[in-house]
Amino acid sequence: MTQDLRTGSPQPDSSPAPIEASTGAAGRSGSVMNRVLGSLSAAARLEVFLIIILAFLVWWGAQLSPFFLTGSNFGFSIQAVMEISIMALAMTPIIITGEIDLSVESMVGLSSCVLGWLWMEGVPLQLGIPIVLLVGLLGGLFNGFVVTRWALPSLVVTLGTLALFRGLAHVVLGSTVVTNFPAEFRDFGFSYVPGTNIPWTLLAFLILAAVCCAVIHLTWIGRQVFAVGKNKDAARYSGVRVGTLKLALFAVSGLVAAFAGVILTSRTSTANPDNGLNMTLAVVTIAVLGGVDINGGKGTIPGVILAVFILATLKSALTQAGISTDYQNVAVGLLLIVSVITPLLARQFRILADRIRLGRWRHRLRRGRPARDPAAGEVVR
Amino acid sequence: MALSVPADVHAANRGGVLIGRLARSRELTLACVTIVMVTFVAIKAPSFLASTNLISVTALTAIIAIAAVGEALVIITKNIDLSVESTMGLVAFVVAIALKQQSLTVPEAWAIGIGLGLVLGMANGAVITIFQVPSIVATLGTLSIYRGLTYWVAAGHEINISDLPAGYTEAASQTFFGVPLFVLLAIAVVIVAGLALRYTVLGRQLYAVGSNAEAAATIGVRSRSTIFLAFALSGMLAGVAGVLWGIEFGQLYASSASGESLAVIAAVVVGGVSIAGGSGTVVGAAIGALFLGLINNALTVLQLPQEWLQVIYGAVILVAIVTDALVQMRAQRAKARSRLR
Amino acid sequence: MTDSMTIDAIESAGAASVPPPVALAGVSKRFGATQALLDVSLALLPGEIHALVGENGAGKSTVVKVLAGIHQPDSGAVVLDGKTVTLHGPAHARSLGIAVVHQEPRLFPDLTVAENVFIGHVPSGRLGSVNWREMRRSADRIFESLSVHIDSSAVVRGLSMADQQLIEIAKALSIDARVLVLDEPTASLSAHEVVRLFEIIRQTRDRGVAVLFVSHRLEEVFELCGRATVLRDGRHVITAPTSELTAADLVRHMVGRSVSLFPRTTAHIGDVLLEVRGLTRVGAFRDISFSVRAGEIVGLAGLVGAGRTEVARVLFGLDRADAGEVLLDGKRVTFKTPSGALEAGIAYVPEDRHLDGLVGGFSIAQNVTLPIIPRLFPRFFIRGGRERAITEDFVERLRIRSTGVNELIEALSGGNQQKVVIAKWLATNPRVLILDEPTRGVDIGAKVEVHRIISELAASGLGIVLISSELPEVLAMSDRIIVLHEGRMSAEIPRAEASEERVMFAATGQMAEETSSGA
Repeated sequence: MTQDLRTGSPQPDSSPAPIEASTGAAGRSGSVMNRVLGSLSAAARLEVFLIIILAFLVWWGAQLSPFFLTGSNFGFSIQAVMEISIMALAMTPIIITGEIDLSVESMVGLSSCVLGWLWMEGVPLQLGIPIVLLVGLLGGLFNGFVVTRWALPSLVVTLGTLALFRGLAHVVLGSTVVTNFPAEFRDFGFSYVPGTNIPWTLLAFLILAAVCCAVIHLTWIGRQVFAVGKNKDAARYSGVRVGTLKLALFAVSGLVAAFAGVILTSRTSTANPDNGLNMTLAVVTIAVLGGVDINGGKGTIPGVILAVFILATLKSALTQAGISTDYQNVAVGLLLIVSVITPLLARQFRILADRIRLGRWRHRLRRGRPARDPAAGEVVR
Repeated sequence: MALSVPADVHAANRGGVLIGRLARSRELTLACVTIVMVTFVAIKAPSFLASTNLISVTALTAIIAIAAVGEALVIITKNIDLSVESTMGLVAFVVAIALKQQSLTVPEAWAIGIGLGLVLGMANGAVITIFQVPSIVATLGTLSIYRGLTYWVAAGHEINISDLPAGYTEAASQTFFGVPLFVLLAIAVVIVAGLALRYTVLGRQLYAVGSNAEAAATIGVRSRSTIFLAFALSGMLAGVAGVLWGIEFGQLYASSASGESLAVIAAVVVGGVSIAGGSGTVVGAAIGALFLGLINNALTVLQLPQEWLQVIYGAVILVAIVTDALVQMRAQRAKARSRLR
Repeated sequence: MTDSMTIDAIESAGAASVPPPVALAGVSKRFGATQALLDVSLALLPGEIHALVGENGAGKSTVVKVLAGIHQPDSGAVVLDGKTVTLHGPAHARSLGIAVVHQEPRLFPDLTVAENVFIGHVPSGRLGSVNWREMRRSADRIFESLSVHIDSSAVVRGLSMADQQLIEIAKALSIDARVLVLDEPTASLSAHEVVRLFEIIRQTRDRGVAVLFVSHRLEEVFELCGRATVLRDGRHVITAPTSELTAADLVRHMVGRSVSLFPRTTAHIGDVLLEVRGLTRVGAFRDISFSVRAGEIVGLAGLVGAGRTEVARVLFGLDRADAGEVLLDGKRVTFKTPSGALEAGIAYVPEDRHLDGLVGGFSIAQNVTLPIIPRLFPRFFIRGGRERAITEDFVERLRIRSTGVNELIEALSGGNQQKVVIAKWLATNPRVLILDEPTRGVDIGAKVEVHRIISELAASGLGIVLISSELPEVLAMSDRIIVLHEGRMSAEIPRAEASEERVMFAATGQMAEETSSGA
C-alpha cells in the first residue's frame, strides 16, 4: 500500500517491482473480500446459530408432548415472557452504547403500584395509564441525567435507582395489594386477539420490535447508537450528542419498563410492590443471548427477537419435561454462557485455521523470492 | 514543565494533592459520616445502641461485609461477580442439609461450606478466564445456575432451626469480650485481606490488572491467573458468608439470600471501590457494608414509615457515588490548575 | 545488506574483544502481511549512545519491542554478551538488565508514582512484604537525580504527559540496567526537561551502560549520540559515527530519495472568518488572540504541551473557555458541544485519528457520513445509495485508495485512513477547518497528498488552522504562523518573515519579547 501512494515522484531506491505490487493488491483485496464476507456472515452466523437452537428446542418439545406444538401452548408460553421481552428491546440499544439499566425491574414495580393507587383513588385507567407511562419516562430521564451529567458508570447509578424505585413502589402502595381492576383491562394482558392464539401482548411486542428494529438498523439514530458503542470519543468529535442520545435511551427504557409494568399488572391483575422482582437479570439475559455484546458496539434486534422465542420455547419444553420453573433457571443460565462461548470458540478456531493457512503462504513466499511485502498500513485499534 | 516550576508553586501543588487525597480517602470520610449518623440516631432513639439491637444489626452486616471483601477483590480487577447471592444460598443450604442428615460434624460442615464456595468461585473464574466471557455475563449465568442447583438440592423442602445441631446455630449468639463472633470473624477477614492487598506482590497485581491490564502484561503479570484467583477468593468468602447466613437464620429456603448480590455490590461501591477497577480497599468495602447496615437499622429504630426504608437506601447509594464523582472531579481540576502557572 | 553483521561476525568479534552487551543478529519479524523487520543486525557497545533513526514505519519501534521482549523475532536472535538468548517477555528482558522507556507511557493510573516506578521489582521487607517507605524514598532519590519534582506518593491519574514520561524514565533507571533503550523519550518534554534528560543519559553512558536512543529529531541525534543506525522499510541501511554524517546524509538514508517539497499554491485571501480575542482556559492557555481569513492557512506552532490542541478543543466546543471570545463572521459564538461547532461551520480533524477520528468496525462510508447523517437524512431513514454517492465523491476527490466505500476502515493504510478522517469533516462543509497534526504517522507519499488537499481547500475559500509539530510543514503551508509557548502567544510571524530558527526561538520562549515588540 505504501508504494501505491508514492505517486509523487519516481523512487530509485525502493523500486517496487510491478509484480510485487500486483500480488500485494490481489492479496489485499482477497483479504478484504474475506473480511467483508466474514463480518456479514459473522452477524448472520449468530442468527443462524440461534435459529438452529430454536429448531432443536421445538423438535425436542414436540417429542415430549403432543400438546407442545399446539397454538394454545404457544400463546400461553409466549405470554409469560412478554414483559421481560419488551424491556429487552429497550435495553438493547442501551447495552450497544456500552451502558446498562439495572433499574427496569423496579420501574415495573413502581409503575404497577402507581397504576393501582390511581385506580384506587378513582382515576380512570384511560388517564391512569398515560400518567404511569409518564412516571416511567421521568424515572428513565432521572437515570439518564445522573449518568450523563456526572459521567458516572450506569451500572452503579441504576443499582441505586433499582433500590430507589422499588422503595417508591412501597411508599406509593404501602402494604395494600390492588386486585379489583376492570375486566377489559385484564383482557389486554390475559387474552388473545380474537380467533387466534396470539396474545395481545405479543402483538404489542411485535409492533414495538418492528419500530425498534427500524430505528436501530435503518435510521441515523441507530447509526449513532452503534458509533457511540464502538468509539464514544470519535462519535463525540463527529458531532454526535452522546449525552443527549444516552439520556433519550434511558428515558425510553424507563417508559418501556413502565409499559411492561402495566402489562404485568393487567396479566396478573395485581398491583403489588413486589411486581417485577428479579426481572432485570432475565432482561439482560435475553439481550445477551440474542448476541448483544455486553461491552457495547454490537447487537441486532432480530437476534433479540429470536432470543425471546428461544427463551419461551425452552421454558415451555422444560415444563413439558416435568422440570419445575425453579430448576429451569439452570438451563437458562447454561444457555446464556454457551451462547456467549460458542462464537468465541468459533473465532478461536478461525484464527487457528488462518494461522495455518498464513503459515503455508509464508512458506511459499519464502521459497519463491525474498519476502518483500507491501507494508500494511496502521490499523485502527 | 515540572522542572521550571518555582518552589512555592510546588508547595501549593503538594497542598492541593494532600487535600485531594484526604477528600478522596473514602474510608475516612465514610467512617466519619457513619459516626455522625450513629451519634445522631443514638440521641434520637437510645434503643439504637442497645446491645441486642447492635448484635442483630452487626450479624447481618458482618455477613455482607465478608462477601463484600470478596466482591471488592473482583471489582478491583475490573470485573464483577453477580453470583455471590446464589453461592451464599447454595452453600447455606448444602451445609444445612448435610448437618440435618447428621452426616457431618460441625467443623466438617464449615470446611465443606467454604470449600464449596471456593469451587463455585473457581467455576466462575474458569469460564471468565479460559473462555474470555465478560464477567457480568458469566456470573449472570452462574447466578441462575447456582440458584437452580439450590432448588434441586432443596427439592421443595425447607430447613428449620430445629433440624440443625445446637452447637452449630449457637455461634450466632456467641460473643468474645462482648463482641459477637461474626463481627470478629469479619474483622479478621478484612485485616487479612487488607494486609494481603497492600503488602503482598500478589495483592498489588490485583490493582495492576484492574488499573491497566495491558501494562500489567508487560511487567509479567498474568492477568488471567490473577483474575481467576480473585473469583476463587470471592467464591470462598461468599462460602463463608453462606455458612454464617445458615447459622444466623436457621430457617432456610431454596430462595435464601436472594437479592443480596446487589446489597453486596452496593456496599463495595459506597465503600469507594471504583467499578472501573484498580482502586479502592477492602476496608472501604467493609465500612460500606456497615454504613448501609446501620442506615437500614436506624430507619427502623427511628420508627420511620417502613415503606421509606428502601427509598432512603437507594438515595444514599446515589448520593454517595455522585458526591464521590464530584470530589474526584474537583481534585483533578485542582491538580490541573496547580500545574499551570 | 552489505554492512549487516551475522551471528558469526558478532561472535567472532566477541572472541577478539569484549562482546557487545546487547546485539541483534539478523532479526526478521513479520506481522501478517507486513514485514516489519528484515535481517536487521545492530550491536550496542558499552558506554555509547547509539541513535536509531528512520521514518514512521521504518521498524524502529519493532526493534525496541524485540529488545523489550514484547515481540519474539521470527528469525535471527537477540545476543547478550555474545550469547544468544530468547526473551520470554518484558519481565524477562528487564531481569536481564534491559531497561526500556516506551514512547507512550504504560503506567497504572490508579497506583502511586512510587509504585509505578518500582512495579515489577518492588522493594520488600521482612516476610517478603512490600516496603512502601523504602519504595517512596528510592523513587524520590531517582527523581532528585533527575532534578524533577514529582510527589512520589501521588496517584498517577491526572498527571501531565510530561510527568508520566519522566516516571517512565525513572522506572527504567530504577533497575540496574546494562542496556537502556529510549523510544522517542523527548516527544512530550519541554526544552528544559530535555536538557536535564540528556545529562542523565550521558551520566548513564559514563557508567558503562549501552544506550539506544530512538528519535526522529535529528538535532538531538547529533547532540547526544556517538553512532547512528538508519532503518528504512524494516531493513538496516547504515551504521556510522555521527561525526562522519550530516543531517542531510541521515535524511537521505531515511527516505532513500530527496524530500519533495509541499505543493502550496497561495490562494486569494478574503474576509475574516474566525476571530479569537483574549481566549483563556485556566490550566491550558491564556490570552490568545488571532484571526483567520477565508483562503488563509494559519499555522499554529509550538512545542508539544504549549497549548495548541487545547485552543482547538475550545474552538470546537470540546472544552469551555474561562475568558475571551470567539467571533465567527463578526458574531460572537460559544459552543457547548462539537455538534454546535459543526453546525456553525467549524470542523476539527483531531490529533489522534484512532482514538478520536475514526470508528473502528464502521465502513469508509459509515465513517465519512457520521457527522452529517442527521442533516443528510432529515426523515431519519438512511438511504444507502445517497450515502455511497457522497462518500464516493470524497474518495475520488481525496484519492482515497480502497476496494470500495463499504470496505472496513481497518483495512486501509494509515495515510488513507487520515484522508478518510479529513473527508469526514469536509463532508460537513465547514468554513473553518482546524487540522491537528494531519500528517502524523502517514508515510511521505500520503503526506504530500494531504498537503495538496489542504492547499486546495484553502484555495476554495476555507479558513484553515494548521497545528503541526513539524516545522518544515508549518513553514511551507502557512500564510501566517502563530507560535505558542507554555500557553501564551509568543509570536505571530507572516509567511515572508518566517524561518525555522525564528519559529523555534519563539516556541522555546527565548525570543518572545523581541518578536512581540517587533511585530
